[in-house]
Amino acid sequence: MLADQPRAPAHAETMGHPFAPIPYTVRSVVLETPDTTTLVVEPHGDQRIPSSRPGQFVMLYAFGVGEVPIGVAGGNAEGQLIHTVRSAGKVTQALTHLTPGDTVGIRGPYGHGWPVANARGGDVVVVAGGLGMPPLREVVYELFRHRDSFGRVEIVYGARTPKDLVYYNEIQSWRRRDDVRLQVTVDAAGREWYGDVGVVTTRIPDCRFDPPKTTAFVCGPEIMMKLTAQALVERGVKPESTWISMERNMKCAIGLCGHCQFGPSFVCRDGPVFCYRDLAPLLAVREV
Amino acid sequence: MTEPRASALAEALRNHPFFAGFDTAFVRAISAKASDQRFDVDEYLAREGTEAGLLYAVIEGKIALEIGSADRPHLTVQTVGPGEVLGWSWLVPPHRWRFDARAVKPSHAIALNGDVLRRTLRTHPKWGYEFMVRFMPVLAERLENTRVQLLDIHAR
Ligand SMILES: Cc1cc2nc3c(=O)[nH]c(=O)nc-3n(C[C@H](O)[C@H](O)[C@H](O)COP(=O)(O)OP(=O)(O)OC[C@H]3O[C@@H](n4cnc5c(N)ncnc54)[C@H](O)[C@@H]3O)c2cc1C
Ligand code: FES
Repeated sequence: MLADQPRAPAHAETMGHPFAPIPYTVRSVVLETPDTTTLVVEPHGDQRIPSSRPGQFVMLYAFGVGEVPIGVAGGNAEGQLIHTVRSAGKVTQALTHLTPGDTVGIRGPYGHGWPVANARGGDVVVVAGGLGMPPLREVVYELFRHRDSFGRVEIVYGARTPKDLVYYNEIQSWRRRDDVRLQVTVDAAGREWYGDVGVVTTRIPDCRFDPPKTTAFVCGPEIMMKLTAQALVERGVKPESTWISMERNMKCAIGLCGHCQFGPSFVCRDGPVFCYRDLAPLLAVREV
Repeated sequence: MTEPRASALAEALRNHPFFAGFDTAFVRAISAKASDQRFDVDEYLAREGTEAGLLYAVIEGKIALEIGSADRPHLTVQTVGPGEVLGWSWLVPPHRWRFDARAVKPSHAIALNGDVLRRTLRTHPKWGYEFMVRFMPVLAERLENTRVQLLDIHAR
């Protein structure tokens, strides 16, 4: 059994045909890093996808190019959605080249998100590596919105270099809160950087939380999540309270095609957020 | 250095996580010729290639360890902060700093004299062993972190 969180039956939440994307218009575009762009999109007409929970993803369709899974980094009551996309290949390159007024297709939201409600009453540590921050952005705002329901909140954000940090100014504004501790670190930096340098795992010993009563949400490249989860468990955080978000190539996103298989699970249907307790043995295996 | 100052430094050292719990006589012995140092932002604690005669016990601030060469910009590979120690070249011949250490925040450290340290560790093997039992994990952790850096964990 994977992921001990309330699970809805896997199904496409998009109305009508499960593969039919709904047209959205690009409202604004922000260049986060040389290869990463944040898109704010809004429904073209009356139709919109149902609202998503933090950690869920959508299939974003670049018309005439293809469709890829992309996390939901934010949204509002008017149906606007925020997506941060890194150019990794054909489709994501097309998405990062969109300009305001362009149209994209969206279906979803899919998958199981972060079990933020399970963390109530205890401390929370959010650890993001590079592009792992967008899928955790809504977790952070959920914690802010219900700040009294949680104990200490620690946010750790690591990237390869300072220019790989996304949402830089927004994250600096989190520093002004006195009810959250934020650590930002990079693997290496030039002299213009006056912040921390060291891999993200080196910040875990500095985090202030009560390990047995802590829930951890970790998102980033697989090796980063594995090493971070190990560091958290070494500090006493329970593997069953440690959550990570997996990525695999996807096609259908609704549990039909098997493209996203990871061990016994389908990432689109059983994830993308999984409990580390269930994934730890698989993360130790090469090329699963 | 006057006696009261030496004992004030020994006291400060005993409160430093790396030295906490060590034999008081040991801390006193290594505090001989130690100095209390403060650094402004961008001031250097060490310059690559120069004689390395100090072990810094960092009390406050942040220090960037940088490597570089004439043909490429300096790269910060690690930052060191309160409660940590900085410098192992005082122990390892030829006793030259292997990196630049630059304060990136106003910093405060106790600088321990490398000659005094080596002599104390050599003449008191029990203290020497205890010191190494604490110092090795620091070096092992830095090696481990370098390995993780090499893994380039942010690459997909
Ligand atoms: C649940 C989920 C959420 C995601 N959220 C985001 C997001 O918010 N922002 C973002 O930029 N990207 C996200 N991704 C990754 C994104 O889907 C891939 O980068 C994209 O599918 C690559 O497609 P492409 O056509 O651009 O590149 P391709 O030409 O298909 O591939 C380019 C390179 O990326 C690799 N790749 C392809 N798909 C994936 C994948 N799913 N995971 C890892 N590597 C892959 C390929 O092996 C190849 O090396 C997410 C993936 C999943 C599964
Ligand atoms: S993408 Fe088809 S089963 Fe997951």
